Amino acid sequence: MSSSVRGIGGEALLIAGKDLRLEARSRVAANHVLPFVLAVVLLFGFALDPDSGILRRATPGLFWVTVLFAAVLLVQRNFAIERQNGVSDALRLSGLRPAGIFLGKVLSLVVQLLVVELLMAGCAVVFYDVRLRGPLLLLATTATATLAIASAGAVYGPLASGLQVRDTALPLLLVPVLAPVLLCATRAFQIALGEIAGGGWPWAGMLGIVAALYLTLGVVVWGPLMEET
Amino acid sequence: MEPVVHFRSAVALLGRFPALTGVNLDVGAGEIVLVTGPNGAGKTTLLRCCAGLLRVTAGTARVLGVDLVADRVAVRPMVGLLGHDSGLYDELSVIDNLRFWARAVGAPTDDIDAVMDRVGVASRLADVAVSRLSTGQRRRAGLAALVIRRPSLWLLDEPHAGLDQRARDELDALARSAARQGATVLFSSHELDRAEALATRSVHLVGGAVVCAESHAEQVS
Repeated sequence: MSSSVRGIGGEALLIAGKDLRLEARSRVAANHVLPFVLAVVLLFGFALDPDSGILRRATPGLFWVTVLFAAVLLVQRNFAIERQNGVSDALRLSGLRPAGIFLGKVLSLVVQLLVVELLMAGCAVVFYDVRLRGPLLLLATTATATLAIASAGAVYGPLASGLQVRDTALPLLLVPVLAPVLLCATRAFQIALGEIAGGGWPWAGMLGIVAALYLTLGVVVWGPLMEET
Repeated sequence: MEPVVHFRSAVALLGRFPALTGVNLDVGAGEIVLVTGPNGAGKTTLLRCCAGLLRVTAGTARVLGVDLVADRVAVRPMVGLLGHDSGLYDELSVIDNLRFWARAVGAPTDDIDAVMDRVGVASRLADVAVSRLSTGQRRRAGLAALVIRRPSLWLLDEPHAGLDQRARDELDALARSAARQGATVLFSSHELDRAEALATRSVHLVGGAVVCAESHAEQVS
């Protein structure tokens, strides 16, 4: 079989490339998710007075809450495309390994989330007067938290897409399990931006552990998930 | 020589509903077998079981030498299924879809143009999104994705539905050509005149079981 020659990495790249090409063609994330992020940033700007410094202090939490909501939309979209026209059957018939498909989904979600986070960071600097300090910790936190969110989304996405109430089920499933990610990422950002004192690297390390856990879980359970949903 | 499809007292459930209630069926290499029956007889379920998409819960079921009861996943790369849906991504262009599915199954991508030509997908449609195609063109594009796989067993669920006369003729010619090259074709249809002209043999399902199996020569006589 050629798929065994290609390896799981090649299969993941194939799936991620397809998802990103789909997104480039349909522009659902660009036309829906990015404006949503922009609207949230502006609403918080109006709701919390920027002059009082509250907004700047709240930026780490606002950043990750917004990313979390954007992630729910992106995961929903990412798995809705696999329900159309019987492509889920075609994927099962293709011989692609479930682990390869899962890792491809994670990769495409990571790329899309990074675009969202880049926009958020730009908005925070421009509208919230945030100065980016501790770049290494910021980058490490962003990388590990994004991987954790994408992995958890790729585990719960197919689970929710098999349910009758899939549109409302995903946020209910995903938001609680990502609460630890939200907490760790917010703490690490607060420390990196100098809002609170302490060591930020343990928080980034915990995010890495959560990401590794969900990546492992996804690789193990995606086969049964594809069959049963 | 072992039949390509060998079912004995095969049972399959859709939820708790017994969709196949004890199917006995043998299909040899190079045969084109028509599966007929009223709505709900189990035609689609039979095809999906052969593809390894549905579990056979009791009895014996072997397809292309693979025991479906023990390991139905192993048969999937060897079969091609054209169901009621095209199996293509709406937002991707026809050519992007075909390239993706060719790479997914490890098939060469350099003969995609030739395959599109064979199934009657006009080259001007290559860069058109699948969502913008007519029903008939979508079926043809789905058929192209199946042909690219070069499956040993073709499973076609109502393949003539939504196609015009010319496309039906081309589909029949493709199926005959595949059978001549050693592939086996199992298909369902409600359009009996056309389907019986294509088939070398037909089986009739009622209530999830085969009640009648006869060759084309027997039907004519």
